[in-house]
Amino acid sequence: MIAVVDYGVGNLYSLTCSLRHIGAACTVTREEEALRTADCIILPGVGAFGDAAEKLRALRLDALLRELAGQGKPLMGICLGMQLLFDKSYEYGEHAGLGLIPGEVRPLAPVLAPGAKVPHMGWNSLHLNRPEDPLLSGVREGDFVYYVHSFYATGCGEALVASSEHGGVTVAGAVRRGCVCGTQFHPEKSGAVGLRILRAFAMGEGDAAC
Amino acid sequence: MLTRRIIPCLDVRNGRVVKGVNFEGLRDVDDPVTLARFYNDSGADELVFYDITASAEGRPLFADALRAVAAEVFIPLTVGGSINTLDDFDRVLKCGADKVSVNSGAIRDPSLIARAAKRYGDQCVVLSMDVKRVDGRFHVFARGGRDDTGLDAIDWVRRGVDSGAGEVVVNSIDTDGVRRGFDVEMLRAVGEAVSVPIIASGGAGCREDFLDVFRLDCVDAGLAASIFHSREADIRALKRWLNENGVPMRLVED
Repeated sequence: MIAVVDYGVGNLYSLTCSLRHIGAACTVTREEEALRTADCIILPGVGAFGDAAEKLRALRLDALLRELAGQGKPLMGICLGMQLLFDKSYEYGEHAGLGLIPGEVRPLAPVLAPGAKVPHMGWNSLHLNRPEDPLLSGVREGDFVYYVHSFYATGCGEALVASSEHGGVTVAGAVRRGCVCGTQFHPEKSGAVGLRILRAFAMGEGDAAC
Repeated sequence: MLTRRIIPCLDVRNGRVVKGVNFEGLRDVDDPVTLARFYNDSGADELVFYDITASAEGRPLFADALRAVAAEVFIPLTVGGSINTLDDFDRVLKCGADKVSVNSGAIRDPSLIARAAKRYGDQCVVLSMDVKRVDGRFHVFARGGRDDTGLDAIDWVRRGVDSGAGEVVVNSIDTDGVRRGFDVEMLRAVGEAVSVPIIASGGAGCREDFLDVFRLDCVDAGLAASIFHSREADIRALKRWLNENGVPMRLVED
């Protein structure tokens, strides 16, 4: 059973539909017991980093997610959910993240080449920095995934698994440290390629990295 | 590399897809789920659904159709039509929409864009504008292209993006349904005024029209309906041809 963390951020209908479509059982929950007993956890999210981090804290999910990740439970963040895995974000101020993956989240606008647009919205090709990562078992160099975001993770070092280029900037597309992974793009909106990534995570292929 | 996007648009009334020519003379095309699946398999980069249901009774039919599409088509879905309040945003987002486009609702109440962007994020709010030449200027029209608001399109798009619209659909009433090409002049004028993605709409008649519009750096996506619904243009072949002609496209496996 996959637990999709429900902390009042974003729309989970497509994500749960896509998980059911690939044959993965899932539950949308914020209950501690359900998260503890789940085989793996997905942390979704859209919107602002500060609000989302505050909601996690208010529901005491931040400490629980850190604890479960520390025990080796596979955890995948998607979009803002991925950004929350990092140490901190500079989205309208400075906010602490979960600190599960090294690096920080910064605004795209000041670093993009002239003419490149914000949000980084649309289909971009993936460069596989670590093609052996289990999350990428069904992904080929150059496959396209769907992004929509205005802030990007940087300074990920060895955690960078796949990336895309936008306006001269290397955008972290997928990251991993141990059993904690994440995608900036939306696998549930990335057609067949995205479904293969979700399947790789859901079916436990990601466990190999733990 | 970020690709340009090809987006079929489906006008939905009482849960069925229809297509208007110059906003009048609607005719039936197909079932939303069948069409959505067909377009997804053909390589469509996103789908846009406009709810043109006139009555409140038809609204649940649209919600049902949207939920059914979102349950089996895993590409971005944008929904527009009759979006006047935050409750309307909420209603379609819960059914699986990823982005919501506002048009007349934002003209009536410009604060809607800022309020929606604050609650759902900029990426969720699409400003859709119907634009027509009036006395040598570009005017924004409301109510499906029927009412001249007198608003200058350049002023309006800047205001919308400043308020938090993360994407803009520019639909030229002058070229819509005529199928002699997108309104390149209008798209340049409106598109270059802002720095968010621009979706060109209105006038696609053949593949060369897409190549022409993508010569504009400011245009990120081309939206069309009848050329795809009538199957005169196959999205897979169109994207391959555009790619061969230097336009970056996401090509799907056969």
